[in-house]
Amino acid sequence: MVNVSKRFGKKIVAVDNVSLQVYDKEYFALLGPSGCGKTTLLRIIAGLVELDEGEVYIDNKLVNKLPPEDRSIGFVFQTYALFPHMDVWDNVTYGPRVKALEEKKSEGIGREMLEMVRLYERQDAFPHELSGGMMQRVALSRALAAGAKLLLLDEPLGALDAKIRFELRYDLRRLVKDLGLTAIHVTHDQGEAMAISDRIAVMKKGKILQVGTPQELYTNPQHIFVANFIGENNFLEGNIVKTSDEKIQIELRGGLIVSGSDTSRKEGERVVLAVRPETFTIEKGHKKRTNSLFGVVERLRYEGTNIRYEVRLENEDVVVVVRPSLVEEWFNAGDRVTVSFPSEKSYVFTYPSRGLREELAVE
Amino acid sequence: MSNSNHVRYLDQVSSRPLVRHLVYSGSVIFFFGIILIPPILGIVLKWNTIGQIFQSSELMSRASSAIYASFAIALLVSLLDLVAGLPLAWFVARGKSKWLNIIDTLADLPFIIPTVTLGYSLWLYWSEPGGVSQFFGGNPFVSKGWLLIALLHFAFSYPAVVRVIVGALLDYKVVYEEAARTLGAAPLTADRTVTLPILKSSLIAAFTLAFARSLSETGATVMVAGAFENGVVFIKNTRDAGQEGPMVFVSFVLILTASLIYLGIRLLGPRFKMPVKRVWPFVERKLSDFKVRTVRDSFTTLVFFAFVLVPSLFIVFPIVSALSNGTLNQAVVGVGVWQGYWQSLLLSYFVATMVTALNILMSLPMAVLIARNRWGATASTTLDVLTNIPMIVPSIALGASMSIFWRNFAFIPEIALIIFAHLSITYPYFVRAMVAAIERVTNDLEEASRTLGARPFTVFRTIILPLTKYSLFAGTIMMFARSVDETGATLAVVTRLKTVPVLLVDWVKGTTTPLASPMDIALGAGVLVLFSFIILLVLRLVVRGRY
Repeated sequence: MVNVSKRFGKKIVAVDNVSLQVYDKEYFALLGPSGCGKTTLLRIIAGLVELDEGEVYIDNKLVNKLPPEDRSIGFVFQTYALFPHMDVWDNVTYGPRVKALEEKKSEGIGREMLEMVRLYERQDAFPHELSGGMMQRVALSRALAAGAKLLLLDEPLGALDAKIRFELRYDLRRLVKDLGLTAIHVTHDQGEAMAISDRIAVMKKGKILQVGTPQELYTNPQHIFVANFIGENNFLEGNIVKTSDEKIQIELRGGLIVSGSDTSRKEGERVVLAVRPETFTIEKGHKKRTNSLFGVVERLRYEGTNIRYEVRLENEDVVVVVRPSLVEEWFNAGDRVTVSFPSEKSYVFTYPSRGLREELAVE
Repeated sequence: MSNSNHVRYLDQVSSRPLVRHLVYSGSVIFFFGIILIPPILGIVLKWNTIGQIFQSSELMSRASSAIYASFAIALLVSLLDLVAGLPLAWFVARGKSKWLNIIDTLADLPFIIPTVTLGYSLWLYWSEPGGVSQFFGGNPFVSKGWLLIALLHFAFSYPAVVRVIVGALLDYKVVYEEAARTLGAAPLTADRTVTLPILKSSLIAAFTLAFARSLSETGATVMVAGAFENGVVFIKNTRDAGQEGPMVFVSFVLILTASLIYLGIRLLGPRFKMPVKRVWPFVERKLSDFKVRTVRDSFTTLVFFAFVLVPSLFIVFPIVSALSNGTLNQAVVGVGVWQGYWQSLLLSYFVATMVTALNILMSLPMAVLIARNRWGATASTTLDVLTNIPMIVPSIALGASMSIFWRNFAFIPEIALIIFAHLSITYPYFVRAMVAAIERVTNDLEEASRTLGARPFTVFRTIILPLTKYSLFAGTIMMFARSVDETGATLAVVTRLKTVPVLLVDWVKGTTTPLASPMDIALGAGVLVLFSFIILLVLRLVVRGRY
């Protein structure tokens, strides 16, 4: 996609000058909150929505003027869109039939696809007789049976309950990889995107903020929204008070001083320091460490694998600290503690002009 | 008691099961006692006169031909309406041009013009020298007879078909079509194999509506029939000639056959499978081409203009002439044929008002009974089917048999007979609209209201009515308009009184003294349209303002 834009009416910019490349056989996710434009972008690729500006290439061919039926794509809709008047067999063989493939070939493809998703025995069932997970698999096999090399998935797991969603996400990736397809998967669930994607594009308000592998996005977020949307982060406001070649010093609210590693910053710059909860260490009492902050445990929650602490610092900021529950000592509410973090595992962002709350908002 | 005390009292009594039972029973008794059973009993009472028709081979032959003609024309017209209306509905629902809003509105015009006016307009257009005939040497392009009847029925059922299909297309989830397109189907293939089958029930509803309207239409049909007889014309002619037996026989056959056809469509319609497996990708792709679609849409619009809109509005020309040649003065002063016109107009609107008020009162409980299965699913389904029967049955047949029954009660004045006849004809429109609307209000809203302490009447007026107000409004408008327009049943019951549609039929047939001129007829029809439009507009503003 090159400089693709789409507006609805005069005020709503659904897709704002997006350029993106998805490689062959890649499992690519478009991730973002509701209304960020990811579904519109997917529908532009499919030809279901006309773009206002830009170009879309599929397999190096410009497809702007091509209707959906000529783009050789498979599309899995959020609501599955299984034809209610056709049984599973007719739904799955629809694509081969409308492309006038020989009957035997259509039947062969239908059988292969249904066996792949383990629904061959349910071929006579109608959509209303199937569970959500089954409908999703039929929708997927229908899209695959059409023979496309590019698979577009619009929140394919969104309508399923959590457990099924968790199980099916891996089936989805496995199927796509086994068939050697390219997939673009739209989701608002960052866990889902991180688990199955080769690369992810994080979107907000029609723009792509960052593209990278799950690890890159998690360990090196380039935008404060990405830092918040992928995983969890504590955000502490402050100002740069000292810079050097190796470190910068940041004065947080209440005069607390910590150091960061982004040496490109300038003195006096207003910034936001982001630290992931699992990056903090926590000790009882008053301990002098690098980047140590003192506070009181306000609340704790046992989450099985982890314990989650909310610590109110001396400057009244509250940070979340997550530690493994089995290997470390526990603290109680009211305990005075020291939390500390390595500066190289923190991120420094320019303070957003629209305000921190506004910049981090997902809607 | 003050208003709020009245309401409180009704709230309290509505809690009592006996009261609720009486309300529902009352509405069912009203339906059976006034609407359904009298026509049946009317036929039963005069069953012994049916022998007259079997004693005359000429009468029997006329009757058979007339019955056959009614169903043949209804079938032909319904199919043509579907074939012609579907593309226009598609064009209107899916098109992107702003002109389509105008076409959409124009498509409704024949719907709101009283059929007697429509009939006269079409006759002027197709048969009279000032219309299409002027391009063919002045001879009637289409003479009075079955073809003119078919053209008339096509024109006035067309908007009903378009409206139903446009509604269905607008409600339809486009995602199914999108899915088909992403699987490689050309637009026409997607429409044929996916959209149309999903819309099947709406297509059947549109066909049934067109069929019923064609079968039932009387006033305008009588105007344009000439010597030709279909069922309704036969009933009118035999009634006018005092031949009760043939009238009863044909009424009975029409009522029975129409009811059976309706039941058949309802039972078998859902089982009808549309052919979706075979595809012709190459051909259908070509037919999906933009140029082909443009030609198709243009042709569709041309058919609409040439066969529906222009003929329906053709009466405007003589109306304009009538405004300037002194006819208007005569009308205002009430001279000549206009002596009785204003009384007829007043009678028409009085009857419509009474009918609307009575129907709302008596059919709302029936609508709740059906929509909420208050007496069980079987009773609901049975009542649902039965309440639709007056809509499918030819109104003149209904009126004729009702008239036979009620005339046994000499104390009932003629105006009451007219009201009973109109109640029967308009009842299904309101019940259907309200049943559909109440069904859309989910049960849990009522249940939530009850758990908060609301009594049944409170639930009805604070939950159901507000959430169904637009259907209530639409149903009221339809009932009122239908009553004003009603001709067939009225012709069957009246002897002295004349509503405006009945008077206009007499003017056209030349049975009044003095005779009405073409300008009189045009202006009379035009005044009816104008008054109907004003009153409906006022009704719309009043009802919308309250809510």
